[in-house]
Amino acid sequence: MGQDPELLRRLLRAKDRMDAASDEDWPVPRLARESGVSAAHFARSFKEAFGVPPHRYLLTRRIERAKAMLRETELSVTEIAFETGWQSLGTFGRIFRDITGDSPGAIRERERAGGGEMERIPACFLRAAHRPDLKIAVSEKRRQEADGQDGSIEGGAPDGAAASQQEDL
Amino acid sequence: MSQGVEVVGLYVRDQEEALKFYVDQVGFKVHTDVRNGDYRWLTVQHPEQPSFQLGLFTPQAPMVDSTTAQALKELVAKGAMPPLVLVVDDCRASYDRMRASGVEFTQEPVARFGSVDAGFRDPSGNGWKLIEARR
Repeated sequence: MGQDPELLRRLLRAKDRMDAASDEDWPVPRLARESGVSAAHFARSFKEAFGVPPHRYLLTRRIERAKAMLRETELSVTEIAFETGWQSLGTFGRIFRDITGDSPGAIRERERAGGGEMERIPACFLRAAHRPDLKIAVSEKRRQEADGQDGSIEGGAPDGAAASQQEDL
Repeated sequence: MSQGVEVVGLYVRDQEEALKFYVDQVGFKVHTDVRNGDYRWLTVQHPEQPSFQLGLFTPQAPMVDSTTAQALKELVAKGAMPPLVLVVDDCRASYDRMRASGVEFTQEPVARFGSVDAGFRDPSGNGWKLIEARR
């Protein structure tokens, strides 16, 4: 079932070449040359090795790069399309939507909004860090309420639960 | 230093080939090279880092069964092993030197994040980042 490691290593070389220059055209014969195998053998072996056909892999890498540029640069969608290797804006938009499920403009908006969410993470950590204190405050509050009810059975139950939990530990 | 990580191993497809690569092309030196039957304990070391050894091991019986060995060889060849980082004073100079000695670079030096980085692979498929130390 497995593939020859020597072949896989040569397929990896073609994959590396696409990674290094995903804006370039990578027709199968060119990739096959990088790997030193026939074009037919290359396409089949690549898909078996990496799970996707070589062209699909290239498109995915281009879209990844475009997404990063949408997020991190001020370049227009048109500029990004040509920068990442597309000849037409229409094709870029169609494949972008096909892979990400959304338009470049919408992704840019969302990724940037996502950036805002990221900035809130430290605050979330802060809140999480304060939760133990909050728990103690709540239990104290409950106890105080229970005490206020003059030692009712309900008041005794939480203490019993806490004691058994400690025993478990 | 008496405590710490001393050896981290890589899987390579051929120890002799890996030895030549890491010593002659990357510039490491041999630390230990001991054989016991088919088994070869081989570690190399960065010349400026005497407390750390990089082990170069082949996936083989009896350490792993033959099916697992084959699977590991495939994974290494597909570049699926975890990232490795080599820190250098001058990324472009190291790139020029290593490239001249025949190292397969996957990425030319790029200046970003306040540093310069490049990428290369060993003959087996292990991927390295070559990163310039921030000054």
